[in-house]
Amino acid sequence: MAVKKFVVGNFDDEAVLFPAVKKVRRAGYKIHDVFTPFPIHGLDHAMGLRDTSLHTAGFIYGITGTTTAVSFITWALTIDWQLNFGGKPFFSLPAWIPITFELTVLFAAVGMVLTFCYLCQLAPFVKKDHFNPRSTDDTFVMALECTEKTNEAEAISFLQSIGAKEVKVDYKETGWWLGRYDKDTKRFEKKAEAVH
Amino acid sequence: MSIRENFVVPKRYNTIAISLMVVGILAIVGLYVTSGSKESEHEQARFWASLLQNSVYFLLVVNASMFFICATTLAWGGWQMAFRRATEAISAVVPVLGVICAAILLAVVFGGQHAIYHWSDAHHVEGDPTLLHKKGFLNPVFFSVVTVLTILLWSVLGWKMRQLSRSLDNNPLPTVEERKKYIWKNTVWAAVYIVVFSLTVMSSLPWLWLMSIDAHWYSTMYSWYTFASTFVAGVALIALFVVFLKNNGYLEYTTNEHLHDIGKFMFAFSVFWTYLWFSQFMLIWYANMPEETVYFKPRAEGAYSGIFWLMFLINFLAPLLLLMTRGAKRNYGTITFMALLIIFGHWLDFYQMVFPSPMTDEKGVTHVPMILYDFGVALGFVGLIMFSVGRALTKAPLLAKNHPFIKESLIHHT
Repeated sequence: MAVKKFVVGNFDDEAVLFPAVKKVRRAGYKIHDVFTPFPIHGLDHAMGLRDTSLHTAGFIYGITGTTTAVSFITWALTIDWQLNFGGKPFFSLPAWIPITFELTVLFAAVGMVLTFCYLCQLAPFVKKDHFNPRSTDDTFVMALECTEKTNEAEAISFLQSIGAKEVKVDYKETGWWLGRYDKDTKRFEKKAEAVH
Repeated sequence: MSIRENFVVPKRYNTIAISLMVVGILAIVGLYVTSGSKESEHEQARFWASLLQNSVYFLLVVNASMFFICATTLAWGGWQMAFRRATEAISAVVPVLGVICAAILLAVVFGGQHAIYHWSDAHHVEGDPTLLHKKGFLNPVFFSVVTVLTILLWSVLGWKMRQLSRSLDNNPLPTVEERKKYIWKNTVWAAVYIVVFSLTVMSSLPWLWLMSIDAHWYSTMYSWYTFASTFVAGVALIALFVVFLKNNGYLEYTTNEHLHDIGKFMFAFSVFWTYLWFSQFMLIWYANMPEETVYFKPRAEGAYSGIFWLMFLINFLAPLLLLMTRGAKRNYGTITFMALLIIFGHWLDFYQMVFPSPMTDEKGVTHVPMILYDFGVALGFVGLIMFSVGRALTKAPLLAKNHPFIKESLIHHT
């Protein structure tokens, strides 16, 4: 996993953060991510993130569920084990619609939850580095990634000038690793220089 | 561009509306000559069934607009405020169509159109145990009282809601207390309307107006299903007027965000309609009892099966697939196309609710009548709605600028 160097600005107000994101992007800095205690409408758009493809995945899971249900029931009731229900034909689609619907919803729901966890890198024993633990409480954290062109001092003063309360330079693990929160507190072996 | 607050009816708009009405009148005259004036009861029924279907359908569609207003008011929704005046203007057509619809319904009941309402024939009811059993509910007096009372209540309560909205136009509310009081007053009147609405369209009225055409058959789900049908068409009508006003440079505070939410309503209630439509069908199909399957025999398998499956295609599959993505719900072209398709699709739904029974001849064979006449009559009603909504839109500014929730609507985000 890569350890990178960041300039981290902490904001205490959503109303300051929002224009700050726009100014930082206009100034040409690379925003690694913005961490907020609650979802902020329109922030993803301001950060220039692309739309999530989670719903496309959901559609595909749903279609898979529909196909699974229809093909399995068809096979079971018309080929493998034909049963006569009240004189209805073996292939009686209307009776299968409720189950098809349920399986569509089930596949879409479970699939989307798992995909969401995968995209957010959430799983048991997966650990991630926090820039500031208070970003789950009352602080808005914006992390700028340092590239070879970034002048740190300039970036720090820029962040301060647009309203950041506290700015620091930090080395963080950008990926995830396996460990337990109660036992494993060691993040990475040794501090590496910024990876360019 | 400066803010255009007041709607001015474009000349072409009224020309189109009036020519559509002329088409409608020609179609009605044509229908009268070819069938309405004939001796045979079945020939006459074809004429009256067409008027009945179109007037009931379009009345319920414009009335859905007031339901939309009241439901969002009760839910304390603010997002619809930016285009609220468009929905109010559509709901203002209820009295106009209500009078027409009531006149047609009463003419059918008292004019001896027994091929449509079998139960209105006192002589026939005497020899029919089922209808005799339902006589307390299905009789001309009860029918006409409920019809007139319902249409009156819709008109009066709708007028009250519109009046409340307009009372703020030149009269801003300065304090929070006054605004709270205003919202509370709105909530109470909206609640009264919703109660009336749920006791009529959502539960009993379609039984009287439409289901009693097949007087022996019954389905407790019928009204709810009719409501779903008209509500999704009503939202589609709202979408059409919002897009129309946007394209003419009005409603500048209504954005893609609002259109997106209207699109969500169209999508969601199309699926809801399908759910009810299918549930009604499946229970009857599964139980397979002759007195119940008699309703679906001509519709799902007989002469009307083409319309039946076409409905499945354009009322369910098309909205499901075409309105699913975010981009589609924000695209004026897609929304307009889907709104037209949905309004047409649910018109077909009403067509197959009304026609099969009156179109069954003495030998028990069901025919599909020449549908072009019915298109003509429908166009007449569309023209009337266009004309009346256009007039109603000019009566008040297009933005309810003093409403306490207006800011919530202007900054609305989905």
